[in-house]
Amino acid sequence: MTDTAPAVDNGVNVDALFGARTALAGAPELAKFEWRSTVEWVKGTHSLTEVETFYGLGGEQAHTKKFTFDADHPPQFAAEDHGITPAEYVLVALGSCLTAGIAAVAQARQVKLNSVRATVKADFDLHGILGADPEVRNGFSNITVDYAIDADASDADIAAIVAQSQKRSAVYDALTNPTNVDVNVTRAS
Amino acid sequence: MPDTTAVVVGAGHSGLAVSRRLAERSIDHVVLERGQVAHSWRTQRWDSLRLLTPNWMTRLPGHRYDGPDPDGYLTAAETARFIGDYAAASGAPVRTGTAVTGVRAREHGFTVATSQGQWRARAVVLAAGLTASPLPDLAAALPPGVASLAALDYRNPAQLPEGGVLVVGGAASGVQIAEELHRSGRPVTLSTGEHVRVPRRYRDRDVMWWLDAAGVLDQGLAEIDDVVRARNLASFQLAGGERTVDFNALQAQGVRLVGKLGAVRDGAALFSGSLRNLAAMADLKLARLLDSFDDFAGGRGERPEPTAVPERPLLRLDLAGGEIRTVLWATGIKPDFSWLELPVFDHRGRLRHHGGVADWPGLYVTGLPVLRRRRSTFIDGAAADAAAIAAHLEAHLAGPSGSARPVRGRGAAVD
Repeated sequence: MTDTAPAVDNGVNVDALFGARTALAGAPELAKFEWRSTVEWVKGTHSLTEVETFYGLGGEQAHTKKFTFDADHPPQFAAEDHGITPAEYVLVALGSCLTAGIAAVAQARQVKLNSVRATVKADFDLHGILGADPEVRNGFSNITVDYAIDADASDADIAAIVAQSQKRSAVYDALTNPTNVDVNVTRAS
Repeated sequence: MPDTTAVVVGAGHSGLAVSRRLAERSIDHVVLERGQVAHSWRTQRWDSLRLLTPNWMTRLPGHRYDGPDPDGYLTAAETARFIGDYAAASGAPVRTGTAVTGVRAREHGFTVATSQGQWRARAVVLAAGLTASPLPDLAAALPPGVASLAALDYRNPAQLPEGGVLVVGGAASGVQIAEELHRSGRPVTLSTGEHVRVPRRYRDRDVMWWLDAAGVLDQGLAEIDDVVRARNLASFQLAGGERTVDFNALQAQGVRLVGKLGAVRDGAALFSGSLRNLAAMADLKLARLLDSFDDFAGGRGERPEPTAVPERPLLRLDLAGGEIRTVLWATGIKPDFSWLELPVFDHRGRLRHHGGVADWPGLYVTGLPVLRRRRSTFIDGAAADAAAIAAHLEAHLAGPSGSARPVRGRGAAVD
């Protein structure tokens, strides 16, 4: 830590984030990102997704390495359980996005986090994806995220941090608001 | 082409306050007004509207409410009369029926084109107010048979067909119109994004008294963390009257609360699932505001109940089935600078200025929310804002840049 480092350090470089916001204000094109993944069917309901590159800050970017994700269904769905279900990945995404946001917001507000733990639950009715009941949607009917947080702040300040994290979360926004999804297909050679 | 030193665009409370301040400095000027004095107050307000601020705050340089009810709230018509009286008392050089159609740069100043010919001026003050209410893009996707009306065009419930109304917007206009329409027998669904909850009264005082006394209204640009955000914030959930019009009050009357309108797709409105968080944020912010009042005054007042959010807020509302006959857009009002032919806008089309001093020598703007301080949002802010702008304008006229300044596309300025 340098002399100018904040007294509270949750491990989030907030100066860099705010610096980016200031820099991007004058160059809106740099803020345009594209996130990508490629998915390959393996067998049955098992697929393997790779994530490595993305576009942003005006050019092609990459993670420090390639990440892979198996998705499948458990034996209860007559599958081999090579990975969590795609629906569970949504919970992974939401919980990790909100938790990262909590760390960043707490850092910006100089609140020291001692522990942050959340349980993410989604209510789901199988009748939807089975096509058994047109009144039931395929997706979740409700998602609940329960946080238990130990931090050096008042209850109201902690609540405000969690609220602000929701306000600035990409995944929370993607789940709570309609998004246009284009799915295209071409014949592979 | 007639010459004047300064042109003020708009004879509302802001423009007339600037006119008064310019006159005090003996700066020759005209006030150009598209209609008559206080035009927006006469033509762009609904019938039952009252000022959000109590009468004791209805004051302009050298003029103030002096009637029998300092704690009351002026109607739009009374406000227009108040401003008209001010114009007369000030002897403001107003040219009514003179719509500005273009403001262009010329050497040593500006050319101001109007419906009544052109003016040459060395300085221009934009004080035309918030006169535009562009509908969100998704308004275009409404199914046929559903009427669409902007709050600026709303007058009274009789204007709408019978039947359900979707009111979009949870700021002052949205909550007031939702309440009025619901009382008229039209079932109202109110869609809200981020909103600012305040009680009309706290500890037996009007909330505006608290904001004034505790110094909140005098917070200037340097004291506000995020000025862009402060300027774009929804207006207080207030109505000019004794009653509180927050979501708890409206839901108690039967208004149905839903999240932010995210899309209109296949004839249905889709609402965001973030309503609970928005309500929680507004409650947290309200608690901090009331804490600041208590810190100022000592003691502690009785706090409002948390905002009640439906157990499962509605996410989809069929607009084609006949339940909803009208969508009323209370999604915010903006200034109209479509006639300003100067490169003074940022990439989002907002006028670049600092505290009303625009990013072009001799150009000023006033009458915008949080222009120089929080008080700028209200009529009561015009006095100090106008004084600062007039002072800057006078210095501009006297300074080297007043006699010569760079014209875009030419060489260096002449010193």
